[in-house]
Amino acid sequence: MTELTTVEQILERKSHPVTRDASVAPTDDMHERLLELEAKGEIVLQRMKGDYVEFPTKYGRMKKIPIEHTWHHKSCGHCGHIPGYASSILWLHRQFNLDYHDPTDQTSCTGWNYYASGASNAVGQAAVMSRNFAAAYETGYFPMIHCGTSFGHYKEIREQLVHHKDLRDEVRRILDKMGKPLVIPEEIVHYSEWVYAMRDRFKERQLVDMSAITATVHPACHYYKIVAEDAIYDPEIYGGQRTAVVTALLEKLGVNVADYSTWFDCCGFGFRHVLVQRDFTRSYAVLRKIETMINEANPDLTVTHDTGCVTTLDKSQFAAKAHDRKVGVPVLSDAQVAALAMGAHPFRVVQFHWHSTDWRPFLEKLNIPWQKYWDEFQGDLDQIRAGTKSGITWQDADTPIKLQSI
Amino acid sequence: MPTTIENWNPGKAVDRHPEATYEEKERLFLEVKNDTRYEDFLYGCYECGICVSACPSARFYDFSPRVIAQAMAREDVERIYDIITEDIWNCAQCFSCVRCPRQNNPGGLVTILREVSLKNGLQESKDALQGYSRVIYKVMLKGNQVSPDMLQPDFFPDWGPWVQNFTQNMHVWRKAIPMDSIRGLTDVAWRTDRKTLLELYTIWFESGNMDIIKELDESLYDLLTDVMNEELEEG
Repeated sequence: MTELTTVEQILERKSHPVTRDASVAPTDDMHERLLELEAKGEIVLQRMKGDYVEFPTKYGRMKKIPIEHTWHHKSCGHCGHIPGYASSILWLHRQFNLDYHDPTDQTSCTGWNYYASGASNAVGQAAVMSRNFAAAYETGYFPMIHCGTSFGHYKEIREQLVHHKDLRDEVRRILDKMGKPLVIPEEIVHYSEWVYAMRDRFKERQLVDMSAITATVHPACHYYKIVAEDAIYDPEIYGGQRTAVVTALLEKLGVNVADYSTWFDCCGFGFRHVLVQRDFTRSYAVLRKIETMINEANPDLTVTHDTGCVTTLDKSQFAAKAHDRKVGVPVLSDAQVAALAMGAHPFRVVQFHWHSTDWRPFLEKLNIPWQKYWDEFQGDLDQIRAGTKSGITWQDADTPIKLQSI
Repeated sequence: MPTTIENWNPGKAVDRHPEATYEEKERLFLEVKNDTRYEDFLYGCYECGICVSACPSARFYDFSPRVIAQAMAREDVERIYDIITEDIWNCAQCFSCVRCPRQNNPGGLVTILREVSLKNGLQESKDALQGYSRVIYKVMLKGNQVSPDMLQPDFFPDWGPWVQNFTQNMHVWRKAIPMDSIRGLTDVAWRTDRKTLLELYTIWFESGNMDIIKELDESLYDLLTDVMNEELEEG
């Protein structure tokens, strides 16, 4: 047998699934301490009602993911600038008649501002999270977090609350003024984990053949780098060496997932940078991500699972054309891809018109006649402009478009 | 002064900021060190550089999460002052650096440094946040970080003609979204109950958040407190 080089040895080792043991994980799991705090009456630990499924996290702990009765903690960036992201998540729930709540008693986690400006503090951030969780608890629905930053930020705050009594006391003092208890859910759940859990059911209802598509995946930093032990890893996906969400969905839907060397790099969002210092954001997004993807994988699409990543990777491509950089890869979230595969209307639900990198070649490769659906959508807009229609409702959007079932 | 074993201090920074006294620099460092989270974020440093290799800002700026962890671990007051005045706003807050084999969190240390910088009104931080006040106004008052009406061609020329197209169609596009909580709204990302916003204002006042805003931008502070107090009084 030929002797392997060091690099080949590493690749060989990484090509096999790893067995992980939660009991010897190098990081701390605070779930038992949550139970202790609940027993002492310090916190209310919200539990899931109804069906849930369990998946392994990075070091082997099994994480519960609720299937329905979920309280949708919306994302500022989704709802403000990429509304098709949020509407695709809810459209998927509606396709399976899964019970959910879209609250108006919810604020931003304010984490984007905190990571951008530092203009807050640990108490303020923990109180904002706890107020939102208390609001969810009051409805009986279990929080499902749409934003990757909210998800990571809340996991970090949960650790801080568990470890620091003075922080708990101060947050409880503030919550008392609102008549709210200090609530922590038994799991902090990101929507992409629900998408991962539902992927087989999506496959059963898939209408669009995606086998012609090559896609790259950008795993979102705040999903799997902050409190790393609480992200889903699957031995079948990348041998358990990277988070499985997004990639597992794409593979299930028949997309050819192509690898690239800078998968670990962030998108360049930078929180402050994307708003007031975008030279960094643009350069990083194009040079380290998009251009590398094109050079190494030439994808039709790149897919991610967080607000800032979709915005940064999509919007940064225009200016790079002036420098003759290789750009032109449309960017979608996993939820939008799943919805599209199940026949969601490209504009009423997926809202492609909010994305700026040209998505038309991608839809054409899927044999989706986008012009027909764009004309239909323009008809909606004409009615809205004329005042004969107040807006698009779920009644307009729920039914999948007429495509030949595959 | 001749170097002796008593005063030999290898690796320590020279005084690059004589405009601030050592006592003032030390006071800022102690404020960072006394933060509840400090001990969770710093365990020492191998100097392995794994954090630097993963750091996006290290590729584009003279910025190093390793130097931050090192300076903190050595309690190098001069170097920490350099960092707080020159480096912290380059961090992208992606937390790629937390792959540290010693479980350090340089990004978290930057967060504390930023807070301390703002609380103490450092001019460098005010400069770094120029143009950002409208975002703070939005998130603290409306409970959303961004809204559709913030996407204006003057602010986002590098996003291309899409922004112009969006601006012209914003009102009708916003009505063409099936979610009840979003449909038709342009000044906020989603509809938020008034009671929810009053609770948010209570958090800002009770947590000491408003004191930070006062140091950062007094006119923004006046604007926010006027509106919030009026709303809270109405109940």
